[in-house]
Amino acid sequence: MIWNESIETMSLEDLKNIQSDHLTQLCRYVYENCPAYKQKFDAHSISLSDINSIDDIVKLPFTTKMDMRDNYPFGLFSRPRTDLVEIHVSSGTTGNPTLVGYTRDDISLWSEVMARTLCCAGAEPDDTVQIAYGYGLFTGGLGFHYGALEMGLTIIPTSSGQTKRQLKIMQDFKPRILCCTPSYCLYMAEEAKELGIDPRSASWYIGIFGAEPWSEAMRGEIEAAWNMLATDVYGLSEIIGPGVSQECTYKEGLHIYSDVFYPEIIDPETGQAVAEGEDGELVVTTLTKQGIPLIRYRTRDIVSMTTEPCKCGRTSPRVSKIKGRTDDMIVVRGINVFPSQIEHVLLGIEGTQPHYQIVIDRAAHKLDQVEIMVEVDEKIFSDEIKQMSALSAKIKKEIEAVLSIGVKVHLVEPKTIERSMGKSKRVVDKRSL
Amino acid sequence: MKITQISVFLENRKGRLSQVCSMLGQAGINIRALTIAETESFGVLRMVVDKPSEAADLFRKNGITANQTAVVAAEVPDKPGGLAEVLKTLSDSDVNVEYMYGFVEKHSENALLVFRFDNPELAARILRENGLKVIDEKGIQGL
Ligand SMILES: [Zn+2]
Repeated sequence: MIWNESIETMSLEDLKNIQSDHLTQLCRYVYENCPAYKQKFDAHSISLSDINSIDDIVKLPFTTKMDMRDNYPFGLFSRPRTDLVEIHVSSGTTGNPTLVGYTRDDISLWSEVMARTLCCAGAEPDDTVQIAYGYGLFTGGLGFHYGALEMGLTIIPTSSGQTKRQLKIMQDFKPRILCCTPSYCLYMAEEAKELGIDPRSASWYIGIFGAEPWSEAMRGEIEAAWNMLATDVYGLSEIIGPGVSQECTYKEGLHIYSDVFYPEIIDPETGQAVAEGEDGELVVTTLTKQGIPLIRYRTRDIVSMTTEPCKCGRTSPRVSKIKGRTDDMIVVRGINVFPSQIEHVLLGIEGTQPHYQIVIDRAAHKLDQVEIMVEVDEKIFSDEIKQMSALSAKIKKEIEAVLSIGVKVHLVEPKTIERSMGKSKRVVDKRSL
Repeated sequence: MKITQISVFLENRKGRLSQVCSMLGQAGINIRALTIAETESFGVLRMVVDKPSEAADLFRKNGITANQTAVVAAEVPDKPGGLAEVLKTLSDSDVNVEYMYGFVEKHSENALLVFRFDNPELAARILRENGLKVIDEKGIQGL
């Protein structure tokens, strides 16, 4: 079923009118309520009268993770702390953590989009759902909780961990829906087998997996292991938490709730929109959020988007699985290369991510050369040369298909790739640019 | 009647093979049979040793990528056409030989060869049914 049929199947024209109304109101709202945004607008000489339609959104400045950190804790909020009913904090690797907060209306919004998410994955009103995302400062557990509550499902809030108990609860209460990270789902399959439980006979029929990137190969593995439908959910705490977009049962892209989270796909270098279907950075504007609304927030996730209607009847645009991150982009022969794209290919081929390194060099004939070094561990090692050669050729072919440039692949011995702080150094750029 | 083969992933770097061999020697592990298959950038060293699980531990501890596979060691008549006959018997039974190599030392009057099959159990049975002597793990230790 479709949770909010009138919105989710709305004509694109009506949708655009709603988005335009929301954007005009949003600009006025942040300008009047958030000094940081007022300053930003003024600095870019934006007058509220310039913004009349959703198409005017390109006139507005971007908001970045940096803005979140610089304005920590409450500088980017449009409401005083006393209006917030819940806050979530995520730790950053550097500097300030990221703080988000919800007003009562924001929690309603979150409940609404998460109810849409659950329905989109195939949930029915009389379902039982096992929520094995962590509850707490992480938005995963509570986000699903609010959505399931809104839908009136029976919730089993197991949170993450305690696998034996998760399995026992599954066997005792037979929930049809499982929500957790994809890697935890696979881990549970192993655990189940060890306990003598046949995962294929499990009650879980639909899985809603997210909070970490995962590949189509991993989807195949999960679906085969548990005999379930594995769907992808996307979100980030800055926007709302989980519930920004979700795959329907056709699994052809994630429906993004564009009436409330307006998506743009841009070239991360130029900030300009890319053509429909092209890869670029996902930028999201929270059209109706109250506590900490964000304008043109740079998610740093690389995706593509289509507005083609979906077989399920929903008219919202569909965003691809995350194809990479802009964080550590390198430009080779004019093409943007993200280490995470290579990571995804390796993840897809092996199911696990081996240590790898990208070496870029400028050869005598002045063309940049890309070499991918992949450490051979026991999981990918075979005593048969033809299998090793086939593996190397497959990695090369898939990376070239993703990057659209030729690469060389070198299989190397473990520990030959330089590590800094326990993590291997992903990119070595030998070019003197 | 399978025995364990240890395979090691090696980059084509000078001295790498001797490093691995002396590592085994220092640990008192004897190499009974050995072969290297290589491409332009990497190679796979395959060997039969007298203490395979100790060798596997040793490699793991030293961060060397290695795995264990079941192979079959069989005595092949050391006469013209001896091997051809064995191979024909196997292919007649639809058993594929992935690769094979010889033991360092001769065993009795026959040549002792290591065979890598898709289905080692079946292959070992066919070899024995055809009157060939298949050597087990104990036999390897006794060499
Ligand atoms: Zn759909």
